[in-house]
Amino acid sequence: MSKFKKKGDGGLAPINTASLPDIVFMLLFFFMVATVMREDTLKIKNSLPLADQVEKLDKKNPVSYIYMGRPSENYKKYGTEAKIQLNDNFADVSEVAAFIAAERAALREELVNYLTVSLKVDKDANMGIVGDVKQELRKVNALKINYTTGTGDAISNMTK
Amino acid sequence: MAKRSAPEVNAGSMADIAFLLLIFFLVTTTIEKDSGINRKLPPIEDNTEPPIIKQKNIFTVLINKHDQLLVEDESMDIKDLRQAAVAFLDNGGDGSCSFCQGAKDPKSSDNPDKAIISLKNDRETSYAAYISVQNELVAAYNILRNRRALELGPSKGFPNMDFIQMENMYNDVRWSGNKTKLKALIEQIKTEIPQKLSEVVE
Repeated sequence: MSKFKKKGDGGLAPINTASLPDIVFMLLFFFMVATVMREDTLKIKNSLPLADQVEKLDKKNPVSYIYMGRPSENYKKYGTEAKIQLNDNFADVSEVAAFIAAERAALREELVNYLTVSLKVDKDANMGIVGDVKQELRKVNALKINYTTGTGDAISNMTK
Repeated sequence: MAKRSAPEVNAGSMADIAFLLLIFFLVTTTIEKDSGINRKLPPIEDNTEPPIIKQKNIFTVLINKHDQLLVEDESMDIKDLRQAAVAFLDNGGDGSCSFCQGAKDPKSSDNPDKAIISLKNDRETSYAAYISVQNELVAAYNILRNRRALELGPSKGFPNMDFIQMENMYNDVRWSGNKTKLKALIEQIKTEIPQKLSEVVE
């Protein structure tokens, strides 16, 4: 009869969860501080290649981003070849010049010459499109560029 | 009268609220990549006669559409490119370069100032391969600059610092050393071993 009787004592004491909010808040603050809201919504696949001889992109000077890569799953109707994305939309090579002009117009005059163009190119894209963009940039005299990459072993890019 | 203790506030749901916020930030966080290889494009100039450069001062690197390398007319693995580029830049064929430690082969480059690396890629070359090659070539220049910095550093008051560290120090606002002296040293190394990397545009 008393076999099934619950033991009055000796059970595990409940774990004190009073410090749980503290731990969660700590994580929360970390992510709040580390969060950078994306400037553009990417419509392309954009996994950057790796390199180890990198320099930090100087954030004191203005930076414009040009993305390249093949359209992501949701935008398959635009094809599978690598495309250029400027701001939030796909663009043609001929629109790069206008994009740079617009970026420059938004800057204070003394900063115009310091504009750096960051090329965020997917590692599977081919050089044809990158070469075309570089040529366009030369035409509008935006000569400071940065091939934005991740940090890691560069050799691993080529051995897939 | 006995002191009545203040009723305890139930903080059990605080964790839930914090979790909600945490998950929001977890989802929206993207750690932005903000480092890369800086390059300067050449300005477009009309009708300029190409300068005459001796063949031995040019180090040609070709990347074909299958991402294979052809360096100085011989196929090469990407792993060996860095060493080959260092050997070429460091050759010091005409003896005018006091710090070169290369083979002094008269058939290779005269001095680091005259040595030019010429890079040509196909339209079909993958971007990953192009970046790897760029990276290796920059690494070759950095190896030489680091070596030169370690040689020059002690006499200028910056011992045990390689070129990369010097540049980092120069850009670090908290560093309290003599920035004008360091700038002069960096500039000297840059002029002694300039990055002359030319890209072929078809």
